[in-house]
Amino acid sequence: MKVIEAENLTKKFGQFVAVDNISFQVEKGEIFGFLGANGAGKTTAMRMLCGLSKPTSGQGKVAGFDIEQQPEKVKANIGYMSQKFALYEDLRVWENLRLYGGIYGIPSREINEKIHAALAQLGIENEKDTMVKSLPLGWKQKLAFSTAIFHDPKIVFLDEPTGGVDPLARRQFWELIYEAADRGITVFVTTHYMDEAEYCNRVSVMVDGKIEALDSPKNLKKQFDAKNMDQIFHQLARKATRGNN
Amino acid sequence: MRQFITFTRKEFYHILRDRWTMLMLLAFPLIMIILFGFGITTEIKNSKIAVYDPSKDLATQNIIKKLETSEYFILSEYLNSPDQIELIFKEGKIGLMVVFSERFYENLIHTGDAQILLIADGTDPNTASTLTNYASRIIMMYLQELTDIEHLPFQINTEVKLLYNPTLEGAYNIVPGVMGMVLMLICALMTSVSIAREKELGTMEVILVSPMPPLLIVLSKVVPYFTISLINFTNVLILAVFLLGVPVNGSLFTLYLVSIIFIFVALALGLLISSVTNRQLVALLMSAMGLMMPVVMLSGLMFPIENMPLILQGIAQIIPAKWYIEAIRDVMIKGLGPADVIKEIGILSLMAVVLIGASLKKFKIRLE
Amino acid sequence: MHAVKVHEIKRNYNKVEALKGVSFEVRPGEIFGIIGPDGAGKTTLFRILTTLLLADSGTAIVDGNDVVKDFKEIRKKVGYMPGRFSLYQDLTVEENLTIFASIFKTTIEENYHLIKDIYQQIEPFKNRRAGALSGGMKQKLALSCALIHKPVILFLDEPTTGVDPVSRKEFWEMLANLKREGITILVSTPYMDEANLCDRIALIREGSFLKIDSPQNIVNQYSKRLWSVRSNDMSRLLKDLRTHKNIMTCFAFGDTHHVTVNQEKPSGEEDRFGFKDLKDFLEEKSHSEIEITAIDAGIEDCFMELAN
Repeated sequence: MKVIEAENLTKKFGQFVAVDNISFQVEKGEIFGFLGANGAGKTTAMRMLCGLSKPTSGQGKVAGFDIEQQPEKVKANIGYMSQKFALYEDLRVWENLRLYGGIYGIPSREINEKIHAALAQLGIENEKDTMVKSLPLGWKQKLAFSTAIFHDPKIVFLDEPTGGVDPLARRQFWELIYEAADRGITVFVTTHYMDEAEYCNRVSVMVDGKIEALDSPKNLKKQFDAKNMDQIFHQLARKATRGNN
Repeated sequence: MRQFITFTRKEFYHILRDRWTMLMLLAFPLIMIILFGFGITTEIKNSKIAVYDPSKDLATQNIIKKLETSEYFILSEYLNSPDQIELIFKEGKIGLMVVFSERFYENLIHTGDAQILLIADGTDPNTASTLTNYASRIIMMYLQELTDIEHLPFQINTEVKLLYNPTLEGAYNIVPGVMGMVLMLICALMTSVSIAREKELGTMEVILVSPMPPLLIVLSKVVPYFTISLINFTNVLILAVFLLGVPVNGSLFTLYLVSIIFIFVALALGLLISSVTNRQLVALLMSAMGLMMPVVMLSGLMFPIENMPLILQGIAQIIPAKWYIEAIRDVMIKGLGPADVIKEIGILSLMAVVLIGASLKKFKIRLE
Repeated sequence: MHAVKVHEIKRNYNKVEALKGVSFEVRPGEIFGIIGPDGAGKTTLFRILTTLLLADSGTAIVDGNDVVKDFKEIRKKVGYMPGRFSLYQDLTVEENLTIFASIFKTTIEENYHLIKDIYQQIEPFKNRRAGALSGGMKQKLALSCALIHKPVILFLDEPTTGVDPVSRKEFWEMLANLKREGITILVSTPYMDEANLCDRIALIREGSFLKIDSPQNIVNQYSKRLWSVRSNDMSRLLKDLRTHKNIMTCFAFGDTHHVTVNQEKPSGEEDRFGFKDLKDFLEEKSHSEIEITAIDAGIEDCFMELAN
């Protein structure tokens, strides 16, 4: 089953074509890596898929809903986590979870059970009443992920979720991603760590608003005759002409 | 020196390129003065009055008739007893109460001394003062006519009493008050916000790790706001004179001298605020609440200081705007010279020196 | 003389110990990397060295000057690029550079040779406001501004965070050029793969240094046996590997898993635990396409070992 279908999606800002006619599909339960240099158009594309920005042309369906016609339905069925903002630092751990449960309309008796389950999964039951700002960064990141999938969305969008996190916490984070994918949640993730691209089932690389490569890491390495994703990224991103815009 | 010039130029760029802020900075004082100005000059017509007339004689009848036929007043009722006065004001039905003394005409003829009490609702000082002014003028006209006919020096003592705000001062107060408010707002608020902004953006971090002396950082921040404040002061002055007809009786030099000293006080307060906080929002709130409120409430701009509780009167003494407004009023309205406001100038100068000293000492050469 | 000499620097924020007593020296002309995750204390250390913060205890000497007593001297001769973009967004590229030149009492022309390679890339946009630049160009402008007074020592706090791999590579090439000009560079980064581009590094975690040495020496000192393992089902492989008693740690590393192995067999058998034993075990768990190779550790492996 396809949970993301993008067909000729384009977004223009005046003369500037931020996203240039991209088409791709993502299967349920897949971990989809969305790579690209700064300014390649990743964020704009992701905003369109999340129903936050209307495409200039083309169509997109996310979780079975049209991103242009039914953005509210799209939003109810996705989770979102970004490195910049994820949690309210001045709320306690459980208050953050309850807040998101409330936002997505989960009945309150279910919320308590789910908070318990989420904290148990992270192994931080004792930190239930801790202010988020006093948690270590690695924990915050994991908690932010739990919050993003608290309402059991069909898809979760992760925008550079592991930036600045230590190597161990980064791997623990990816194990959470795997678990979510095993539960059938589709994961759409951007990252600047090329080793993380290898953890994805399929990877796309955006250059100047277009998708220049899309396949499993293994096939991409064959296709580009490269040892690792890093080399592929360099080959592709070096071609970019608008990096300096 | 080049450090200073480049840096000051940069501050001007910041202001000039932020069009909305720029517009606010220049338009705000004008809007304030125009709004207040309208409050002062609005003509009042057909205001309801009540009369208590125990004499009921020729003179009182004539005066009441004159009041009634003027375009300003409509006679709404006669009271039978002075006890009703309080009540009728509480009901808010009338704007002015005219109370005649007993045996009015008799006293007027024989002793040349009759009394009229004009009572107005002081909670709206501007209207109150306009109403009492009109009424007094009409009474004086009657007196003039009487004198012309009888060739005798009559005298009516018109006593004005304002309920709730008994010592309403002249409407001209507003202009010095607005000046104090505008200068305080622009200097203190903008300086503190602009320094907090550099801390928030992280640019202060880079500037501190450079040989730029902190004094120069501060000075170059202050120059643009000083300039804008002088422009604003001039604008307000021009509007006050030509639009509101407020006279400048004293010397312009003294006005500017006092204002410049006050600007320094305000700038120093802004610097002090910025040394306490690293955030724009806090700087904004502190300037608005901590500086503007006292200026509005305690400087005599809205409420006369003499009527405040003793403790507030004491606090009012340390509010720079109080001294500034007083000095401007003396020079502008009363036409007093520099020698007459030497006390105010002295106090403001002292405040400036102390505050500038403190703010330079408190200016952080590190992040914490 | 050392370019930077730090002795037992400690610093607390409220009750949190941001730096728990770090000591190190930086040699003149070297690129010294401080590598560790966010919140490890990197920014606090940089701020102390650039005289922006006072340490609670300990001493730090930068180019022969004490960071507390001689802070004015230090401010004249170091260049500093903070972690977040700290230039005036409403001023143009050229205006920003002019301001930094003038506060350091120099001109763009005087040290143009130093910034030429970097600045030339953004010079076509010199009339554009800094706020409208792309991430990579902002970074180049910030570096130009930090270099304009020909600093003796350059402090770069996380210059490559959030920057894509290509721009990161370009940035490190610029640093290598500056090193050739004789500038000492202190740089912090959360990216472990940048360690190899430094002459010497300090691994930092939770306010303490785990190790200070050249990247090569750190890697050489790695004590455990490290294998890389892969199979057709990497996600299940990770879980299965962790159930094996001879496998001490197991982490995903790109397209393989890195495992550290204890080669002693518990029953006292003579052979050591080898590839074949592991392969058998995995085949039993129905993995296919199994590949096992012995590998040398990277900095990331070392960091994880030292952090445990």
